[in-house]
Amino acid sequence: MKLHEFNWRRFWTIVGKEFIQMRRDRVTFAMMIGIPLLQLILFGYAINSDPKHLPTAVYSADNSVFSRTIVWGLRNSSYFDIVREPKSEAEIQRLLAQGTVQFVVHIPVDFSRKLLRGERPDLLLEADATDPSAVGYAIAAINLLTTTVLNRDLTGPLTNLRGSPTPFNLVVHQHYNPENITQNNIVPGLMGVMLTMTMIIITALAITRERERGTMENLLSTPARPGEVMIGKIVPYITVGYIQVFLILLASKFLFNVPIVGSVSLLLVLTFPFIVANLAVGITFSTIAKNQLQAVQMAFFFFLPSLLLSGYMFPFRGMPGWAQDIGEILPLTHFLRVVRGILLKGNGFAEIAPDLWPIALFLVMMLAIGIKRYRQTLD
Amino acid sequence: MNPSDLVIDVQGITKRFGNRTVVNNIPMQVRRGEIYGFLGPNGSGKTTFLRMLCGLLKPDGGSGRCLGFDIRSESGEIKKNIGYMTQRFSFYEDLTIEENLDFIARIYGVPGRKAAVEKSLEQLGMTARRSQLAGTLSGGWKQRLALSACLIHEPQLLLLDEPTAGVDPKARRDFWEEIHQLAAGGLTVLITTHYMDEAERCHRLAYIAYGNLLARGSVEEVVKAAGLTTWEAAGPDLPALAEKIRGKPGVEQVVAFGTTLHISGRDAAQLRASVGPWMTGAYRWQQIESGLEDVFISLMETAKDNFS
Ligand SMILES: Nc1ncnc2c1ncn2[C@@H]1O[C@H](COP(=O)(O)OP(=O)(O)OP(=O)(O)O)[C@@H](O)[C@H]1O
Ligand SMILES: [Mg+2]
Repeated sequence: MKLHEFNWRRFWTIVGKEFIQMRRDRVTFAMMIGIPLLQLILFGYAINSDPKHLPTAVYSADNSVFSRTIVWGLRNSSYFDIVREPKSEAEIQRLLAQGTVQFVVHIPVDFSRKLLRGERPDLLLEADATDPSAVGYAIAAINLLTTTVLNRDLTGPLTNLRGSPTPFNLVVHQHYNPENITQNNIVPGLMGVMLTMTMIIITALAITRERERGTMENLLSTPARPGEVMIGKIVPYITVGYIQVFLILLASKFLFNVPIVGSVSLLLVLTFPFIVANLAVGITFSTIAKNQLQAVQMAFFFFLPSLLLSGYMFPFRGMPGWAQDIGEILPLTHFLRVVRGILLKGNGFAEIAPDLWPIALFLVMMLAIGIKRYRQTLD
Repeated sequence: MNPSDLVIDVQGITKRFGNRTVVNNIPMQVRRGEIYGFLGPNGSGKTTFLRMLCGLLKPDGGSGRCLGFDIRSESGEIKKNIGYMTQRFSFYEDLTIEENLDFIARIYGVPGRKAAVEKSLEQLGMTARRSQLAGTLSGGWKQRLALSACLIHEPQLLLLDEPTAGVDPKARRDFWEEIHQLAAGGLTVLITTHYMDEAERCHRLAYIAYGNLLARGSVEEVVKAAGLTTWEAAGPDLPALAEKIRGKPGVEQVVAFGTTLHISGRDAAQLRASVGPWMTGAYRWQQIESGLEDVFISLMETAKDNFS
């Protein structure tokens, strides 16, 4: 598309039409604004909540007053409900694997003997950390417990075992998800996830719909040029993308008290290439999809790996090498680092640059493919 | 004839999809102010041909001018001056009637846009329904809206792809009245249709099948060129008669028309000989003018033998 051929009047006409259609398509519009809100509330508050009474198994190989006190202390903390007393290691693993219990507390054989000798025996806490938000508070609670719970037993000559270092050593084994993702991590990340999902689905749909309904043929038989049509159709969705960004930033600040350390305007500027990269994916999909259903399916085909391999769902470093390699290609992976870097760490442009060029590269490649394929479908 | 009077003047237009030739070496000359019918069975390449004329598809072969502009290199200029009404309703169903007209007027940059939209609404008789969503219109009204939208920028050439499919007879007649008025005012119209009565209302027509041009000219010329002889028979138990005659040498078509039977073929003498044995008794026979439909079916049957 040569620049002098680009006609702004026709371009703005198409933008205006797109906004009218967007306003009229209540369901899609509700989706674009509603899904981020819903996700924010679900994700945000699920993390914010402080789950208690988590099912716990106690495996005590040491039947002493100390172990009984620890169990009593766990119960009293109201975070742990002791529901099982497994008899073997195999049973413990099964309970954890099946999710019957969230925690297993191991009291080793010579716990009381070592304790009395001042050898600081290990107390092992195994946690099913699949959902880290579920275990975070409980682990904090048991940490607190270790310092004080035995105080009432450590009287008389044992008083010197009180305090720090704690009389015994708490060892926490988190299973399934070793890194804890906190709400500070998730809420800003949601920005990238939302943009990926809506930008791709909505653009793919908007263009496929125009073709499916035959209106594209009509439009292209007018003097409107393909470039004007395509850009005119996606510009409104850039606006939608920024509305989502603002929603999430506001929610981060006022609902979830996520610290916003870095520059919001830097973030807004750097969001642009990310939005355009996703739009380019949407355009490419729209040139392949035969109908709107296929467009949505393809969007999910791209969205799921983005969600899973970007480090949003699972800690990036916890993934196997091949998964990390795929993750490195996806723009969401880098955008998450950008968002978290700016918002949480206060990163500036210099620290972020290494994550910008992969997004830019992806953008250029996708745009090239998208435009090439878009040209072909016209014929 | 002065060549500048030719609104469409193309030769050898060819289009292939994969290795299938969908439009094969088709010429077309249409004069200013003419209503030109474009006929052919389903899948014969009519829509594809129209798409090439207005620059939506690039022809694989052939060249020519449309409105004086080269169809290969000046499609931008062509698009400004044509109105193309697609086979399927292709305006926005989720925009109102007025918004659709306004959108198209803006796209073409119609001067005095508001007034043009207003005039269009008035002619449509839709001023009161202007805020109705186009998707809620009935089929006939959609066609009328589409036609108005195609005309809003006052094009010099109208390409209409089956504009009256599924439209009731009264609306169809009104539609043709309007087309004739527009043509009288100098607008050129290229229209595809499957209706014979509509074909007969065209000044000239072209008939294609399997992408090949089989006949063109005025209705009389086309009928004459086909050289078809047709007999009409009336009498008792025509279905039985039809069974007996069908397949006899020289008999190409046996078609029931109400209480009569039309029997036609290109070899007049052989046809006469074949129907001769029944030209007695209860049956009444007379030779009639071949209809356009007989001609087209005959052309199509022959084309089937030649091209597929
Ligand atoms: N984009 C395309 N790719 C492949 N084949 C196509 C394409 N468009 C049309 N065709 C084929 O070209 C042939 C001609 O189609 P076209 O739509 O031009 O026929 P038509 O004369 O308009 O038929 P109808 O009277 O049914 O509207 C058909 O067999 C169709 O399947
Ligand atoms: Mg057609």
